[in-house]
Amino acid sequence: MIPEVGHFALILALCVALVQGVFPIYGAAAGSPVLMSMAKPAARAQFLLVLIAFCCLGYAFAEKDFSVLYVAANANSKLPLHYRLAAIWGAHEGSLLLWTFILTLWMMAVTLFSKHLPEAMRARILGVMGLVSLGFLLFMLTVSNPFERLIPAAPDGRDLNPLLQDPGMVMHPPMLYMGYVGFSVAFAFAIAALLGGNLDAAWARWSRPWTTVAWCFLTVGIALGSGWAYYELGWGGWWFWDPVENASFMPWLAGTALMHSLAVTDKRGGFKVWTVLLAIMAFSLSLLGTFLVRSGVLTSVHAFATDPKRGLFILVFLAIVIGGSLLLYAWRAPRVGLGGGFDLVSRESMLLANNVLLVVAMGSVLLGTLYPLFLDALGLGKISVGPPYFDTVFVPLMTPAIFLMGIGPLAQWKRASLPALAMQLRWAFGVSVGTALLLPFVLGKWTPLLSLGLLLSLWIVTTTVAHIRERVSHLVGNSLLSCLAALPRAYWGMVLAHCGIAVFIIGVTMVKGFEVEQDLRMNVGETATIGGYTFRFDGAQEVKGPNYIAARGIFNVTKEGREVTMMYPEKRLYAVQNQAMTEAAIDSGLLRDLYVSLGEPLEDGAWSVRLYHKPFIDWIWGGCLIMALGGLLAVSDRRYRLAWRRERAEAPEALQPLEKGAA
Amino acid sequence: MKRFLLPVAIFAVLVGFLAVGLTLNPREIPSPLVGRVAPDFSLPQLHESDKVFSPKELAGKVWLLNFWASWCNGCKEEHPVLMRMAQAGNVPIYGMDYKDRRDEALTWLRRHGNPYVLTGVDEAGRIGINYGVYGVPETYVIDKQGVIRYKQIGPLDDEVVAKTIIPLVKELQSK
Repeated sequence: MIPEVGHFALILALCVALVQGVFPIYGAAAGSPVLMSMAKPAARAQFLLVLIAFCCLGYAFAEKDFSVLYVAANANSKLPLHYRLAAIWGAHEGSLLLWTFILTLWMMAVTLFSKHLPEAMRARILGVMGLVSLGFLLFMLTVSNPFERLIPAAPDGRDLNPLLQDPGMVMHPPMLYMGYVGFSVAFAFAIAALLGGNLDAAWARWSRPWTTVAWCFLTVGIALGSGWAYYELGWGGWWFWDPVENASFMPWLAGTALMHSLAVTDKRGGFKVWTVLLAIMAFSLSLLGTFLVRSGVLTSVHAFATDPKRGLFILVFLAIVIGGSLLLYAWRAPRVGLGGGFDLVSRESMLLANNVLLVVAMGSVLLGTLYPLFLDALGLGKISVGPPYFDTVFVPLMTPAIFLMGIGPLAQWKRASLPALAMQLRWAFGVSVGTALLLPFVLGKWTPLLSLGLLLSLWIVTTTVAHIRERVSHLVGNSLLSCLAALPRAYWGMVLAHCGIAVFIIGVTMVKGFEVEQDLRMNVGETATIGGYTFRFDGAQEVKGPNYIAARGIFNVTKEGREVTMMYPEKRLYAVQNQAMTEAAIDSGLLRDLYVSLGEPLEDGAWSVRLYHKPFIDWIWGGCLIMALGGLLAVSDRRYRLAWRRERAEAPEALQPLEKGAA
Repeated sequence: MKRFLLPVAIFAVLVGFLAVGLTLNPREIPSPLVGRVAPDFSLPQLHESDKVFSPKELAGKVWLLNFWASWCNGCKEEHPVLMRMAQAGNVPIYGMDYKDRRDEALTWLRRHGNPYVLTGVDEAGRIGINYGVYGVPETYVIDKQGVIRYKQIGPLDDEVVAKTIIPLVKELQSK
């Protein structure tokens, strides 16, 4: 019964989405307040209906209802409750439901925080989001219904893929989708602005917090995925340039460019056309990612079981949504105008250059990801593009981008003076170059990449100090502290996010430069030493989990004779799917991770063992979290809160004057 | 106007490629050996180690060469399919015990049944290298002239057997 309620809720949601996608947009064009006012209640109703569907599926998993095909395929009676609930998004159908649910969640948020928007604008935004959701609901109800029954019911389920039975599974997909789908808001703002023909600074100001929040979620989502791969896959890597990782990274690059471009449109009225294009691009890449994961056109560890009908559906949907938006762009953008001009050396020019670099980086990731497909489609053979390509392309693109990132915040809008910038930054340049050249020798090894990585992160930090000093020098305050406190949060957010990048680069550089890895055979009682740590293997014992049995290795770790920790890596065998999993043991620290994973059992209780010493690896994810915190800090800035408070005060009575729709 | 159409043009090309991509299978890895003469070998047999197994003796016959091992999970999954094929008797199946221990391989065949006319022992995996084996199980269809006509990577299933292997074998046998 409950699954049917969920199914029915989805059908109702589809009807509501149709209403929401058609009438408000038409109403905005025809100037009908009645039709426009339908957007808000429709969006809220849709949110409620999809929430009901989501809860119904959750209930089916919690109650182990194996008469639902999707539950039977992705859970098992022995699977613990938290993983049964995470199994909602463990495969194709359920993760689509999650996608749609998060889309309606963002819609709901738009209805709550849009009182300051003109009625027509809000109607168009919600209308566009309604159309996107219409596509996804249709997709679910036609070829991917999570509520499909299995009659007769299975006696027990096939269990969740053991790779997914991990805390990472609980957090990573929702976070990632919050980011992916969050870009739909910026996208809807852009389409609404194109439809209404009012691409002004106000539009950019409204889009900014939404974009930043989505970007924060995406950053955290990607970091969580990377961390999960690191400890779950058992080979100690943190990024594999897998097509699906790339699919999440491309919207991130486009979203990063969008955030910066929006800043220019907001503050200076420039880059409008470019900003609109980026907004379309960021969300389009999210949709493309969805297609790549589900259609099976690329091989990837993430690929869901594939079905050509599904691939075709998303492709057609993709063509309509993205193709339609780009056509609208081609039609409307020429009339927008260029906004204020700027000199070759100015903050605008640097942001533009950075934007171009980010988009080129995004393009090269796209090319690398799809290149095997292109060649295959042209009958030129099968290849795979791996990390060497991406590493080669990425470093040269990111180096100038980070160089500009240091200068940009110091440069003045419209026209900056190069000699003045050079004066302000010469010590920052000197300190970072000097330290980057010398520090590796202190650390005991010099390679060009090591120095480059250190140079980039030091450059970010020193230039940040330089521009904080510059900002403070313009303020009159009693003490340095009160001056610092007077700087707006948006500014501190930027500083924090940029420092996050520095932290990230230090992590990557140190891991690439100094990690030590050993594959060896260890007898019971034998020791091995890497990175100054001595690992003694004390044998393996059998342990039982809820739905697996495992061999658990016992390692005693000492440094210079002093006990550091005990580590317990596991090799698990999940009974239902008869699949072996490596559960690495990791001892994390600020300056290094110790990482032990069990390979295969050998005779006499010996095991093949892999040991890693990874300096600074946690800085990689720490950097990402700092970036996201920076984004949140920026969103909490006074100007947004003021706008929020103002709209509360004015709220219900202040009906904004209606603008005439499409010219 | 024209430059504003550029994004949609790029996107159209992309959609074209994705549409073609949908019809392709990225997991299908073509073997450079298909269409070439099967590499020769001369190996001891599994059951009678003093006898030799060599593909030369099979000239004039269409036959399957199946790489397997007792330690391989996919082989266990594939095994019933091979047993059914052996019973049907459309085509002789020859085994190649790949990087395995003789006693374990024999036990495995006793337990699960032996679909093979005979099995060679490729203890060091050298023949596997010559045949370009990615991993066991893999199956080759070899024609009367000793040319490899098809290669299956991973376990055979009833669908592949019915739709691909058997029709191909029949066609080759009638030549």
